[in-house]
Amino acid sequence: MKNALLGGLAAVGLLAALPATASAEELNMVCGAEQDWCELMARGFEDETGNEVLMVRKSTGETLAQVRAEASNPKIDVWWGGTGDPHLIAAFEGLTQDPGVDTSDLLGWASNMHKISNGGTVGIYAGALGIAYNSEVLEERGLPAPACWKDLTNPAYTGEIQVANPNSSGTAYTELATFVQLFGEEEAYRLLTEIGKNVNQYTKSGSAPSKAAARGETTISIGFMHDMVKLAGSGFPLKIVAPCEGTGYEVGAVSVIKGAKHPELAKQFVEYALRPDVQSRSVEVKSFQVPSNSKASVAPESPDLASIKLIDYDFATYGERSTRERLLKRWNEEVKNASH
Amino acid sequence: MRKTIALWLAAGIVGFCIFPWYSVESGFWSFSWLFSEFLSEDAAPALFQALLYGRWWFVPLALAFVGIGLSFALLKDERTRAKALVILSMTGLALLFAQGFAIGRVGPELFIDALNFGSAAAGQVGFGSGAMITAGALLFILTTSISGLGQGRGDAFIVGSIGLIIALVITFVFYPVSQILIRAFEASDGGIDIALFFTRFFSSDIWSLACLVGGKTCGPAWNSVFLAVLTGAGTTLLGLAFALVATKTAFPAKKLLRVLTIIPIITPPFVIGLALILMFGRAGVVTDVLHDVFDISKSRWLYGFSGIYLAQLLSFTPIAFLVLIGVVEGVSPSMEEASQTLNASQWQTFKNVTWPLMRPGLANAFLLGFIESIADFGNPLVLGGNFNVLSTEIYFAIVGAVADPSRAAVLAVVLLMLTLSAFVAQRLWLGKKSYATVTGKADSGQHSPLNSALKWTCYGFALPWAAFTAVVYSMIVFGSFVKLWGYDNTFTLDHYIRAFSVSFNNGIRWTGVAWDSYFTTLTISTIAAPLTAVVGLLTAYLLVRQKFAGKNLFEFSTMLSFAIPGTVIGVAYIMAFNTPPIELTGTSIILIIVFVFRNMPVGVRGGIAAMSQLDKSLDEASITLGANSFTTVRKVILPLMGPAILAALAYSFVRAITSVSAVIFLVSARHNMATSFIVGRVEHGEYGIAIAYSSVLIITMLVAILLLQVVIGQRKLRRQNRLQTSNKNNELASA
Repeated sequence: MKNALLGGLAAVGLLAALPATASAEELNMVCGAEQDWCELMARGFEDETGNEVLMVRKSTGETLAQVRAEASNPKIDVWWGGTGDPHLIAAFEGLTQDPGVDTSDLLGWASNMHKISNGGTVGIYAGALGIAYNSEVLEERGLPAPACWKDLTNPAYTGEIQVANPNSSGTAYTELATFVQLFGEEEAYRLLTEIGKNVNQYTKSGSAPSKAAARGETTISIGFMHDMVKLAGSGFPLKIVAPCEGTGYEVGAVSVIKGAKHPELAKQFVEYALRPDVQSRSVEVKSFQVPSNSKASVAPESPDLASIKLIDYDFATYGERSTRERLLKRWNEEVKNASH
Repeated sequence: MRKTIALWLAAGIVGFCIFPWYSVESGFWSFSWLFSEFLSEDAAPALFQALLYGRWWFVPLALAFVGIGLSFALLKDERTRAKALVILSMTGLALLFAQGFAIGRVGPELFIDALNFGSAAAGQVGFGSGAMITAGALLFILTTSISGLGQGRGDAFIVGSIGLIIALVITFVFYPVSQILIRAFEASDGGIDIALFFTRFFSSDIWSLACLVGGKTCGPAWNSVFLAVLTGAGTTLLGLAFALVATKTAFPAKKLLRVLTIIPIITPPFVIGLALILMFGRAGVVTDVLHDVFDISKSRWLYGFSGIYLAQLLSFTPIAFLVLIGVVEGVSPSMEEASQTLNASQWQTFKNVTWPLMRPGLANAFLLGFIESIADFGNPLVLGGNFNVLSTEIYFAIVGAVADPSRAAVLAVVLLMLTLSAFVAQRLWLGKKSYATVTGKADSGQHSPLNSALKWTCYGFALPWAAFTAVVYSMIVFGSFVKLWGYDNTFTLDHYIRAFSVSFNNGIRWTGVAWDSYFTTLTISTIAAPLTAVVGLLTAYLLVRQKFAGKNLFEFSTMLSFAIPGTVIGVAYIMAFNTPPIELTGTSIILIIVFVFRNMPVGVRGGIAAMSQLDKSLDEASITLGANSFTTVRKVILPLMGPAILAALAYSFVRAITSVSAVIFLVSARHNMATSFIVGRVEHGEYGIAIAYSSVLIITMLVAILLLQVVIGQRKLRRQNRLQTSNKNNELASA
């Protein structure tokens, strides 16, 4: 009996060892870009301001799910990086707040992001959609190199193209919305269905197709060009194509979570993240997105947005829930069902 | 009985009057709450919260304690006293949680109109040590009094254990899981719609059987079932082959075989999938060779069912092996010898004696394989192709471009239902037979060797598989030493240097990027593993050895957290434990708790399998000799449970290190985990560093398991653990 008691007491004692919740004056940051870039941002802000940054890297979808679940008692102050789509959703759902920063130096697409979200999120970088192909496999199979979106309907590419599924990937949704804006809805779905016949797999994650193409697991991929540049830079035989019809793009964003415990610090961080000298540093960690501050320097490897035909991507319309649900439903019915 | 209650009553009063009721900012271990902050608003115990800060809602709870003290001191009749204590301690528990849920962080959450005044309107923060101790004391006063009423053979330890496990499972499994499952019934306007649930539940999106009639894919539910049944069967067979080779043959390199079967279990997620792609993918090494030598065209057969199946067999065979090895070792040689004495052949002995006695092991191994497969997330994600399964569908219903938590909840219900079916099927197959083979009697038999057909079948399964595992892992280690895995095979140490560099200027500084998460991971897993083993084996003991009402429900509820995909658990934990009364997000405690309750089913299954082999007469002998059940557990059962304890400890340690889907939502900057770090690297294609980190983790876990094996050692069954060496002795005798 005495032993039982001791055991029970030990168990209770263990439970009693509840720690304190996170203490004050530290910035809680979730980062949606790659680890090295996240570290660069967090440590840079620490060095400059002397405040501690508690940073963790999570994918944007996971962050959005967490922000939603924590809405009544948020633990995150600032959410930096990652594709802008989930940032916009969070803003539209009222999960973020206006940091109140000056956006006058930002390029049009970045301040536009700020405007349509009522200040809920600010653009920090942009990256265009493109096509990539593995030059070795392409040659081995004796296939022509694609130059336009329409080339991808070529039956010679059957089973050679990989692209993400827009139901799970923001990248693929950007592609779907780009097609609709570029070709009109009817023609877009006709083209996507045609291309769908050549698709060997609709991956869950948006960056997976280009990684597969880099290794030769597929021949052609669709994705963001800065990811492709990075893969090519690390030595893979990946060739990047800016489609001749023009293309859409994503805007990476930074948001302050509504009810953040350290709003002042979060605001300071957003100001820091928008500064030209800070944005210019992204090349140090081999990130080739185009910075949003017009005064920041662009890395020579970055896809030159000026030479790419960029469409006037309508984030307000295509970021909206009803449009999104309608387009995806149609995609599931027509495109997904046509694939094998 | 009286002494126990007096002690718990004292503990409760201490919890109520001395320990800080709320969680304290400066941390429990600073102990500032005991000195400088003792009566501050943050750290005051409940009594002073009520007296000094007008938190009147602690008064009823105080009255409950007064009532308990009075009835304890005044009531002379044992039964009346026990009854009074049961009622009062239940009231106390109810009051404790009612106030916690009613008054939230920013004011009242329930009965808002009635409570919205004075200090209640200002709200309160989450439970701290005082609340936990008080709740624990009330719980044990309750269970001790219940045993005083004659329940559970009047054994306070048994009733206390049952009460504790139920309380823990309710708090850390039912409560969070219900938070998310309720959303399966949620209509778009936020109301509850049962009919809508059934429409969603039976939707053809989930249950389509199109693949049987046309070329289209089936619904994820059928895909998952199909995959899980085959994985369960495959891993059980392979695990059995390994277990038989390890115990019943004279195979020379048994130790090596054992290590090989353990390695896949300690592999971080994604790594096996990546290695398979590099071997069998369209541009893989093996594919290239087959193409060049035999002119077999390069195809993408790996992406889809076959790839996932292969990866799952690799990943989960060790679990089956760990369950089965204990069982195969435990099968009493005497029974086999008796069979042979009765002139049965080796095959007949195997078929009629050994095989039936292994049934609990087989059933548990199958169940684990089935559940693991159905909840597996990493392999389908990497290798799934267009083969959709429930776990990935659920993940993307939560984090995908169109987040739909109610669809995730419906899918989770489907998944739970499948698990429940497997569980019921397992119970039916096992029936009510006794499988005890370890009794108190001396047993000097020797394991009968397998007949040669069976032996070669086992070799035929086990050895190629072991070789395959070895190749896959050489690929992985190789990958961590080359520049660009699968493309540029120049030797480099860069990945290790980046991850694990150390500088020795001014003492040791851990400059590598991986150290932080590495240390956190090790600390948390080391704390979680023994807790998991204790909770799991205690539960197994209660299930096998004790009879109480609602036992089946109890058993299933302990399996629940294992059957629910990690993503759902992760989000459920945030929803449940982000706000008072139990506020744990952002701490390391929430990670420890999620590991304990997610992995305890393995302890439970392994414990049940091992314990159903121990004859009840052992317990009875101990009880007859005057030992209580706690002593019996400690001195009789535990020493015989060596392999099960080892399996539970090793497995929970390893799972805590390698699990990913639940953890992703719960890691915070302060407590980041290795897998979360690795997945982040994989997501951005930095395979080199991810694999280098994985290799270090694999070696860490291997060392840990070997240490455990040395510390726990093998159980001594007073059997000679060697095989009959043919009939040489007999021949000698007759010559």
